[in-house]
Amino acid sequence: MRDALAVGLLSGAVAVYLALVGVVEQLHGRLVLAEPVRLSLGQVALFLAGLVGAMAVARRAAAGSPAAAVLAGALAGVSAGAVLSMLVLAGPALNVRAMFVNASPPLFDLITLGRGPGGVPAILALWGALGAAAGAAARLPAGARRPLAWGAAAVLLLSIFQELAQLILQAGERTAVVADLLFTSDSPTPGAAAVVFVATVALNALWRARGEGFRRRTETIPPAARRVLRMAGPALAVVAALLLPAVGGAFISQVLVIVGLYTLMGLGLNLEVGFAGLLDLGFVAFFAIGAYTVGLLTSVGSLGIAQMSFWAALPVAVIVALVAGVVLGIPVLGIRGDYLAIATLGFGEIVRLLVLSDFLRPWLGGSQGLLDIPKPVFGGVELVGPEHLFYVTLAFSALVAYVAWRLQDSRLGRVWMAIREDEDVAEALGVDLVSAKLLAYGLGAAFAGVGGAIFAVMLGSVFPHSFQLLISINVLALIIVGGLGSLPGVIVGALALVGLPELLREFGEFRFLVYGALLVVMMLLRPEGLWPAAEQRRELREHVEATEPALEAAAAPPTAGEPTGG
Amino acid sequence: MRRGLARLTFIDLFLWGFRLLVILLVLYGTAGTLRAGRYSAEQWFDFVIFGLAQGGIYALIALGYTMVYGILRMINFAHGEVFMSGAFTAYFLAIWLGASGVLDRRPLVGLALVLALAVAVSTAVALLVERVAYRPLRRAPRLVPLITAIGASFFLQYTFRGLYGAGIKAYPEIALFVGEVGVGGFTILRTQVVVLVTAAMMMVALYLFVMRTRTGKAMRAVAEDKDTAALMGIDVDRIIVVTFALGGAAAGVAGILYALVFKQVHFFMGFIPGIKAFTAAVLGGIGNIPGAMLGGMFLGVVESVGPALFLDGLGIVAPYQLKDVIAFTMLVMVLIFRPSGILGERLAGKRA
Repeated sequence: MRDALAVGLLSGAVAVYLALVGVVEQLHGRLVLAEPVRLSLGQVALFLAGLVGAMAVARRAAAGSPAAAVLAGALAGVSAGAVLSMLVLAGPALNVRAMFVNASPPLFDLITLGRGPGGVPAILALWGALGAAAGAAARLPAGARRPLAWGAAAVLLLSIFQELAQLILQAGERTAVVADLLFTSDSPTPGAAAVVFVATVALNALWRARGEGFRRRTETIPPAARRVLRMAGPALAVVAALLLPAVGGAFISQVLVIVGLYTLMGLGLNLEVGFAGLLDLGFVAFFAIGAYTVGLLTSVGSLGIAQMSFWAALPVAVIVALVAGVVLGIPVLGIRGDYLAIATLGFGEIVRLLVLSDFLRPWLGGSQGLLDIPKPVFGGVELVGPEHLFYVTLAFSALVAYVAWRLQDSRLGRVWMAIREDEDVAEALGVDLVSAKLLAYGLGAAFAGVGGAIFAVMLGSVFPHSFQLLISINVLALIIVGGLGSLPGVIVGALALVGLPELLREFGEFRFLVYGALLVVMMLLRPEGLWPAAEQRRELREHVEATEPALEAAAAPPTAGEPTGG
Repeated sequence: MRRGLARLTFIDLFLWGFRLLVILLVLYGTAGTLRAGRYSAEQWFDFVIFGLAQGGIYALIALGYTMVYGILRMINFAHGEVFMSGAFTAYFLAIWLGASGVLDRRPLVGLALVLALAVAVSTAVALLVERVAYRPLRRAPRLVPLITAIGASFFLQYTFRGLYGAGIKAYPEIALFVGEVGVGGFTILRTQVVVLVTAAMMMVALYLFVMRTRTGKAMRAVAEDKDTAALMGIDVDRIIVVTFALGGAAAGVAGILYALVFKQVHFFMGFIPGIKAFTAAVLGGIGNIPGAMLGGMFLGVVESVGPALFLDGLGIVAPYQLKDVIAFTMLVMVLIFRPSGILGERLAGKRA
């Protein structure tokens, strides 16, 4: 019981945090359901804090009777509601708004369901009931609980992405009909929500019941056919990637171009960090160098020096970036580990500050940047929109990924891996550290240079502001979240850490809050990344199992994909 | 780096060239500036004092980095946010005290209250970060806590942005600290005196704590060798918590000093001082407490004097835009040529 109280207070505190930090109010504008009950995403976020706590308590009380679980859940719910009530009572009285900008009357109204301070008993009752329900749900057999959770998550996702889905669907005439079926102006229609819920639950239950048999049947497929099937996945992905801009329109294409640029950078940094173990936090410098080289060579503005075409400038940019990678690599050859990270961070910042300064303004444009970079022309077609640039990015990403893939198992790749595992041993075995490391720096930088070159023509201008340290950190985070040293991991990481936040732009700055929380949670629960390289996975798993067996249990697939994990 | 002779000379030549280039640039710039005589002695004095005040702030933040690095061998990337959180939260108390007149009538009491709140919040945030983001990963590979640190940093920035708003908030003036005091023909801003004195006191107190108390001794033992320290009956987890708490407290004080000097706070204020302070810690020799103090002061002064002294003479326009370039160049040079820092790394690890 003391457990239930403590967890309840904690989840109440989380709910108060979500309310004060502004997440609740921001999400309140988005409805999950308009009828029969009006339920906003903000309220869902608030309730989820309490529900998760109550479920955890109930599950821990699993030894007792179901009634005990329900009771424990209810107690946790009530205590969470009590914490929230304190906010509602104290908020207006103490004028906390002077400090917390979000502690506004609408927020309190939202929590008390519009009843004012008199709504406290209602809050307690509601939260108690929710907690009891969560407690009961925790005691459901997994066969029923999981599908229900997936169903609820699917409805939430429908609501989170509704604006995006509408944007895409409204584009076509026929699809606009679908949009009207699925969504009203501010929420999914009750029918759509119900259909999505039921369909997800049914599919999930079906998979649960029949999945094992299906999996067994695939094993009896003859090897030749299985090889074809195995190729079907990637082939489908390629076809989907090729069709996406046509289906998704300009916004989606724009997001995908950015994801592609990050993929290029990620592939480059992956050579350094993932393969060779050289931690680089100044990576954005090479992206900047690629962008500025193309900018200078192609710009028709006052600072342009050659007015070349993009295709002629691109190889130059790659070579310049490669040379820069080697030149900046030489001084740091003897530095290892964290010190290397800091030294490269220093280099990255030096490059950005120099470009930004008035000192180099006559050549690089200072904070005004380089302007009037023409779009590339391909076969007589000017590649203007993001739909066109997407294909350029895709082509170069594929090319670079192919190079990285061939490098991975080459002699050089093996040498890099040896350096990553132990530099001293590698050297003792006759590995030439200098050339191997410089190749890693140079090739990694060249990859980023390609990204920078495309970035320059995408924007049509280059500003030093685009090359913040944050980009380097993002790239590092995405290759680690994707899975260090894993090539598919880079793409998955870029989609998850760059694509999703871009798609959820409407949620404002809170994406970064969620982003930070996700990085922490991810590292705690799944340190090997979303799509880990084989050996990385083995090592990390062994490591984690040996030290903290509890983590293994927690690393089970998450039950709900809700974004408000903080 | 024992290797074929030809290659050795090539790398070494490059590095020597780099070193010579920087030295020549500095000397040439200095000579040029001094010959032009554009700055008076008073201006140089102001530069140095401002540099010392700023350096004191860097030093206090650097203490947190250096102690944590000494013990856990990890860069606590979220430390800049620990610094921010205290100053940002204490702003509201300062405003309230200013409005109710306490800051005018009893400025020292007011300042002490504000300091206490900032220290409390910073310490709490530091401990929270340690508990949630680092402790579960004590034995994980090195990259993993680095990423959680970055994640925690984001999370804290946007938490405080969400809680207190995105705007820049102006700290209230304390009447007692407005104006200047004369010292032997020169004048110093009073705030700078306050900052220097507080920072010095704080550093001495921390130094004595680490060198003289039982807990301090245990901290040094843990920094030397965690496992052996545990065998000697030291509660390593507790010592790590104490380390984070001390670092957080120092960062809290630094936050208020920063607010006194620059008179404003916002949610992103921790980022740049955080990186600078890490630079200071590396400069002085990481893991080395006097080193962090020296490194901070040194960095502050070079950053403040450098643009005028080195760059003006080279004929560079707007040299102040490049003060961070000086700081980072110094960082990179130290890492390349003397990675153990000015005073040497106290805790020589195999992998530095």
